Amino acid sequence: MTLLLARRMLGLAVTLAAASVIVFIVMEVLPGDPAVVILGVGAEPESLAALRGELGLDRPPVERYLAWIAGLARGDFGHSHTYAVPVLELISERMAVTFPLALIAMALTAAIAIPMGVLAARLRGGAGDVAISLIAQLGVAVPNFWFAMLLVIVFAVSLGWLPAGGFPGWDAGIGPALGAFVLPALALALPQAAILTRVTRSSMLDTVAEDYVRTARAKGLTRNAALWRHALENALIPVVTIMGLQFSFLISGTIVIENVFHLPGLGRLLFQAIAQRDLIVVKELVLLLAISVVVVNFLVDLAYLALDPRLRRGHHVMA
Amino acid sequence: MSWLEAAPPRARRRVRWGALAIGGLIAAAFILVAAVALVWTPHSWQALAIDQRLMPPSWEHPFGTDHFGRDVLSMIMKATHNSIVVAFVAVAIGLGAGVPVGALAAARRGWVDEALMRASDFVFAFPALLSAVMITALYGPGAVNSIIAIGIFSVPVFARVTRGAALGVWQSEFVMAARLAGRGAVAITVAHILPNIASVLIVQATIQFALAILAEAGLSYLGLGTTPPDPSWGRMLNEAQTMIYLAPHLVVIPGLAIALSVLGLNLLGDGLRDLIDPRLRGLD
Repeated sequence: MTLLLARRMLGLAVTLAAASVIVFIVMEVLPGDPAVVILGVGAEPESLAALRGELGLDRPPVERYLAWIAGLARGDFGHSHTYAVPVLELISERMAVTFPLALIAMALTAAIAIPMGVLAARLRGGAGDVAISLIAQLGVAVPNFWFAMLLVIVFAVSLGWLPAGGFPGWDAGIGPALGAFVLPALALALPQAAILTRVTRSSMLDTVAEDYVRTARAKGLTRNAALWRHALENALIPVVTIMGLQFSFLISGTIVIENVFHLPGLGRLLFQAIAQRDLIVVKELVLLLAISVVVVNFLVDLAYLALDPRLRRGHHVMA
Repeated sequence: MSWLEAAPPRARRRVRWGALAIGGLIAAAFILVAAVALVWTPHSWQALAIDQRLMPPSWEHPFGTDHFGRDVLSMIMKATHNSIVVAFVAVAIGLGAGVPVGALAAARRGWVDEALMRASDFVFAFPALLSAVMITALYGPGAVNSIIAIGIFSVPVFARVTRGAALGVWQSEFVMAARLAGRGAVAITVAHILPNIASVLIVQATIQFALAILAEAGLSYLGLGTTPPDPSWGRMLNEAQTMIYLAPHLVVIPGLAIALSVLGLNLLGDGLRDLIDPRLRGLD
């Protein structure tokens, strides 16, 4: 167990290091001269030289990379050109929007998908099962930003129940702040829930075929009791894994959805930073998002070990 | 037999065949539209007619006109062509790079396998949108850059699928026989492994095609994909967003095109998978 954990930790460290190297190479080495990218081709030679000095571009790449990583370790994420504030400040401010949004979207996904998946498995082969499959197929096919626009047309433009976009800030109170998250979270959750419903359904069908579920039935438990108490708990293991993998789609999703609803989160910041060619912000954000995906997948791996005792003995897990 | 399997999968099987047929029809229809758009559209997809802007659907303009008075049907047709080209090339990149990597991992096993699979895990950490964002931040938006970003993201998917399927074939007796006959790994891969996993790859390619269409739409919606004047479903939605009150049909039609094409491809992929793998027929 300890050995397994150590191996996983080592793997995590290697992946994180590799991610930072890739981001560094793509953002700083490949473009040739980042100063030209930031200031544009027509920039004055003096300002280019000044920026090169500020970014330390006169030093060799390896030295710059190490300085960058050392800075990150100290919490120094560099300075944004366009916002004229430390990048760390910018990121933590925007995190207060993206993090709760992603959390609500994930909770919504599970709240929709798990009951639907169990229901589909319970009604297997029947009309209800087919109907749920069709809805899930549609859910996968509908782009989240289009679904978001349809939600705006119905709930904001026609009914006027919810805001069409924007974020009042947490100072405006918990009600209005959460209200601004309802439609974006729904738009984010729909495609994820569609996938997760299918996963839950097939995982349930695999589990109910197991002996212990039959034993539970033989002991006199009703179908529903066997289903909800014995099968579901075990069927959730792959469901949790898929939810972890979906995190990376959730990250991409927030980039798009925050732009649809003009929410001042990390996704919108990334988008604005690109438009303003604020390479420092883009670099730190891309790395941060990639790291969050890697770390979440690592945690899911650990959760997998905790949930399934059979895996702890060091068997290699085919994920 | 468990108690849940009591329900006969017959009705489901019928649904499956129906799904395959419907998916195939939808996919064929979109390819046909794309082909037609190459030579003919009802109006010019770029002709501006400001006096006819934001017209509702009519006989002259079945899908109405946009804020520049362009014919939406013609733009949708041209955008279908663009979408299919982007998705096709992206999937080709995924297949071209992913299949050799997966085949190599399966043939060599050991540390080569481990290294290649770790590398593919790692590419997963950069979702298509994130890598596209990096690329466009440096090289500017454009169809080519979005193709590269979407293509790179599908490489590990194909590598994993190829490896998984190839490992199974390597265990089979006819491969053993070929090895005993002294044939090398490359020759065996070309002659025996690839033909036997082709069907799995076709299914995965169909699914990746659908994902690529979605990704292209998302990138173009953000303004990171196809650039004007070429129409794209995603960019049409972006432009429609500001006119949500004035002309809701501009929001509905491009979205339907995306959803319908992706739905068709997914139904086709699922149907093909069931057809190829009898074990899955009853399961999912």
